[in-house]
Amino acid sequence: MIIEGPVIKFGDKIDTDIIIPARYLKYTDPQYLAQHVMEPLDPEFYKKASKGVIIVAGKVFGMGSSREQAAIALKAAGVKAIVAESFARIFYRNAINNGLPVITLPNSTKEINENSYVKINVETGEILVGNKVLKGKGITGMALEILQAGGIMEYLKKMQTVNRN
Amino acid sequence: MSAKTLTEKILSRASGKDVSPGDVIEAKVDLVAFHDLTGYHVIEVMEKANMIKVFDKSKLVIAFDHLAPPPDVRSAEIQGYIRKFVKSEGIPNFYDINYGILHEVMIEQYANPGQVILAADSHTTTSGAVGAFAQGMGASDIAAAVITGKTWLVVPQPFKVVLEGKPAKWITGKDVALKLLGDFKADYFNGMTLEIFVKDPLSFPMDYRATVSNMGIEMNADALMFIPDQETKRYIKEMRGYEPELVTPDNGAKYADEYAIQLDKMEPLVAAPHSVDNVKVVNELEGTPVDQVYIGSCTNGRLSDFEIAAKIMKGKKVKSRCIAIPASYRMFKEALERGYIQTLVDAGCIVTYGTCGPCLGGHFGIAGPGENVVSTSSRNFKGRMGSNEAKVYLSGPAVAAISALEGKITDPRVI
Repeated sequence: MIIEGPVIKFGDKIDTDIIIPARYLKYTDPQYLAQHVMEPLDPEFYKKASKGVIIVAGKVFGMGSSREQAAIALKAAGVKAIVAESFARIFYRNAINNGLPVITLPNSTKEINENSYVKINVETGEILVGNKVLKGKGITGMALEILQAGGIMEYLKKMQTVNRN
Repeated sequence: MSAKTLTEKILSRASGKDVSPGDVIEAKVDLVAFHDLTGYHVIEVMEKANMIKVFDKSKLVIAFDHLAPPPDVRSAEIQGYIRKFVKSEGIPNFYDINYGILHEVMIEQYANPGQVILAADSHTTTSGAVGAFAQGMGASDIAAAVITGKTWLVVPQPFKVVLEGKPAKWITGKDVALKLLGDFKADYFNGMTLEIFVKDPLSFPMDYRATVSNMGIEMNADALMFIPDQETKRYIKEMRGYEPELVTPDNGAKYADEYAIQLDKMEPLVAAPHSVDNVKVVNELEGTPVDQVYIGSCTNGRLSDFEIAAKIMKGKKVKSRCIAIPASYRMFKEALERGYIQTLVDAGCIVTYGTCGPCLGGHFGIAGPGENVVSTSSRNFKGRMGSNEAKVYLSGPAVAAISALEGKITDPRVI
């Protein structure tokens, strides 16, 4: 799976209250959520993301709440993948479960500049920036199977069919 | 078989094989739970997948807390949707808006040492107070667990923390949680569990343990568990009338590292805006004006929190707005009988029970632009309690109560 696009950069500790504030959680419609994604930091983010972008961020991206709307909103706004130094566990799973690739790369914010164009190999974690190849941690094993199935519920349906046969 | 940590012991039993950190496993789940706000999302995922099916009704717990009582029509609609599910599926463990916060319900009535517990809320780690491996997950993961009774996990690396001595005056669980956050920062325990040994079990009661476990998610730990001991036994016996079996680590179990905290040498701590790990000793922030104080939430809405607040507020009047919310009906009633609620109401506080309201900026105490809030809840992220231009300071009940009386951040050690 190869994903490419221009980079929008954020710092450390982007929490779920920043990604999608609680007042929007009474809804799950992706298009509604997309309009409010990252609102406390940049109310214009969803417009910038709409052309299809890669987020590059620092430590523990997605820390905080279990709200799956955080992953849903980012994806619906046009975010194709997230590269971060580390991810909060719940967010990482929510992203995979919603088909949003997440790649861990130490020093990501130092290695990649805003507006760079990157090409990511989701399985190997290799990230091409200009003529530089960075080695991140890709998605493998069960997480990859879930991502490829299009999410955990699709995966579950597939497994039940397999088990029945 | 080698000596096992509590993490390895629980996950070995749940997966039916001998596990080590880093293993990817399929684990059986003992309890699954959700509340109103995430619950409708969980059921929606199940509906969309055409799999409305509960693996074991007796192992699903549902409690309304985030939108309780409903502040608007959409909230009422969400709760109605879940009530319908509860009825059609015949879910016996259901708590409507008149009981309390889900995590409090879990430790009062359900969680036991050695269990694997999942819920659609990040503060599920609270059940680690009784020694359960408890994790929050998103709606899709919880939907899958409700259907199958299983989940997949990466076995985390256990880290040992030892609490020594008796807490100094006004020091409670919140100070221990903030100490760990200040010393290690919010990303250190990524991929790890914390296993906390209390050297003198009775010096650190269940209320304090629940606060520390609750904030395990702020440390980004996979779980935070207190090693079950005589206090665990006492608490469960008192709450539910039976003595639980204690699951404990083996002697000589290997940990990533070990860290000790001297409770008798601690000072009251506060997390300054806008990060849970921006921790300072209270006197560094003294004099900061305070517009609103919130005492409550699944972090600090327990009896000991109200006891401390009442002790400090007795016969006095608050200068800041003060909202106080015991975490459950049980806590509220007990605080009422002991006179704590009367004291708080006389001091000018607004008191109700069983809602998460202000903690997540939901309702019942939204912070406005430019306001400073001292809160006993778990998070002070930008915009968490309402306006992006509000500042939230996190503290234990003593700092919160004295700051409400003085109208500014105050060190409780002046009392």
